[in-house]
Amino acid sequence: MEYFVQQLINGVTLGSIYGLIAIGYTMVYGIIGMINFAHGDIFMVGSFIALMTFIALGILGGIWLPLALLVTLLVTMVITAAYGWTVERLAYRPLRGSFRLAPLISAIGMSIFLQNYVQLLQGARVRPLQPVIEGHFILMKSAHFSVVLSYMQITIVLVTVILMAIFATLISKTALGRAQRACEQDSLMASLLGINVDRTISLTFIIGSLLAAVAGMLFLLYYGVIDFYIGFLAGMKAFTAAVLGGIGSLPGAMLGGLIIGLIETFWSAYFTIEYKDVAAFSVLVLVLIFFPTGLLGQPEVEKV
Amino acid sequence: MLKVVGVQTYYGKIHALRGVDLQVNEGEIVSLIGANGAGKSTLLMTICGNPRAAGGSIHFLGQDISRLTTDRIVRQGIAQSPEGRRIFPRMTVLENLMMGALTSEPSYFDNDLERVTDLFPILKERASQKGGTLSGGEQQMLAIGRALMGRPKMLLLDEPSLGLAPLVVKQIFQVIEQINKEDGVTILLVEQNAFHALRLASRGYVMVNGRITLSGGGEELLNNPEVRSAYLEGGAKV
Repeated sequence: MEYFVQQLINGVTLGSIYGLIAIGYTMVYGIIGMINFAHGDIFMVGSFIALMTFIALGILGGIWLPLALLVTLLVTMVITAAYGWTVERLAYRPLRGSFRLAPLISAIGMSIFLQNYVQLLQGARVRPLQPVIEGHFILMKSAHFSVVLSYMQITIVLVTVILMAIFATLISKTALGRAQRACEQDSLMASLLGINVDRTISLTFIIGSLLAAVAGMLFLLYYGVIDFYIGFLAGMKAFTAAVLGGIGSLPGAMLGGLIIGLIETFWSAYFTIEYKDVAAFSVLVLVLIFFPTGLLGQPEVEKV
Repeated sequence: MLKVVGVQTYYGKIHALRGVDLQVNEGEIVSLIGANGAGKSTLLMTICGNPRAAGGSIHFLGQDISRLTTDRIVRQGIAQSPEGRRIFPRMTVLENLMMGALTSEPSYFDNDLERVTDLFPILKERASQKGGTLSGGEQQMLAIGRALMGRPKMLLLDEPSLGLAPLVVKQIFQVIEQINKEDGVTILLVEQNAFHALRLASRGYVMVNGRITLSGGGEELLNNPEVRSAYLEGGAKV
């Protein structure tokens, strides 16, 4: 029982990170119908920026920890969003209106570029960060196992929940959110109503990158090591999460993230850790067989 | 108010508009009729900048708008209720109307909403329903209402009667007349329903294969033998 609860905690933590990344995939897909394969690498760039900011603040020294974390968070979000915006501007926008595969290939190119760029600048070895948020609660205790809930895990889940709440309000209640949904449902009509569609697409990339930046920073703080390649697998998982939840659906992305995180954790805990990715991707296949549009996705309905 | 001169438009390699001249004066209802594929909808979309005109000029209120982007053109005061209505299916009726109000002052919203729901009372009943669940007629009303929410100076209507029951068609045409008379909105109406469209219009144009082939007063065109045989009595093409 204790073991199970512990895995549940670990799974939810991991799932939160996947969910944050998955939103970027699903939003971009919703609005321009393209899988942004460079999104995982934006997450990776975010974790490196967080690392550099944190080290820089450490050199300055003597800053109260919560303040240092907040500064790191803001710096990471701003710079990572700038990367996301630039990628869209350089690699996708010029291809708008060309054949469907062109931006997809461009996205794969951007992904490879970002990986190599970080590898060149930061080296190919893993970069460590000493634990920043330490300490834990012990929730349950038995003779041979105690359930640990670390402050870091609380931070991750809390930050995710807060961000999701802000994000959901933004999309459902504000003018910006309505413009975003309008472009997603019918971008031609949106432009006929005076919406600047290009600008809305840019904003979508910025919002997705902001969330990926936070995920990158949380990943860094949680695992303590990053390298230039973390974006690939995390990106794949988050993409899987987005498809599992129903691509284009925002709550679906979050739900998918949680499910993938839980499957991965439980598989590692009860079966073999080597096959955790196989397990996660197999569930995707199974779900798609029975729910082709994902768990919360809506099938395309056309009304004549 | 709107002056289209020698406009050419291509869809890929298809030459859809082959030099169209058309003028709409302030306060008028002008009808554009023609068969399927003549280029009527293409003309409305070209006026809104998507696709761009490949040749010729389009002036609105004295300003050349043919090089502006769609959102800029719309902000000059042109609204369109496009072919197929294009309601946002996963937004509520109210949200759809809010989208229409983007180009006007926020302080006008309540007033304009009241006006639109006076014209189309059903939209008030359906306010919180998703756009995709409305019937065809209701969607058409929503499309026109949405276009009105931006307080346009000019309204482009693309086949508002298409696929609707005769009673609903009658209601829609009544509202079009009302918008023109009471709110002073200038209207360019594209229709296949030539009879209704020409009766309502002060002037009309006939389009065939990307060109304007006839123009004149509404009554005059209604009585024109070519128009009668091609669009009103059903039968021989021009």
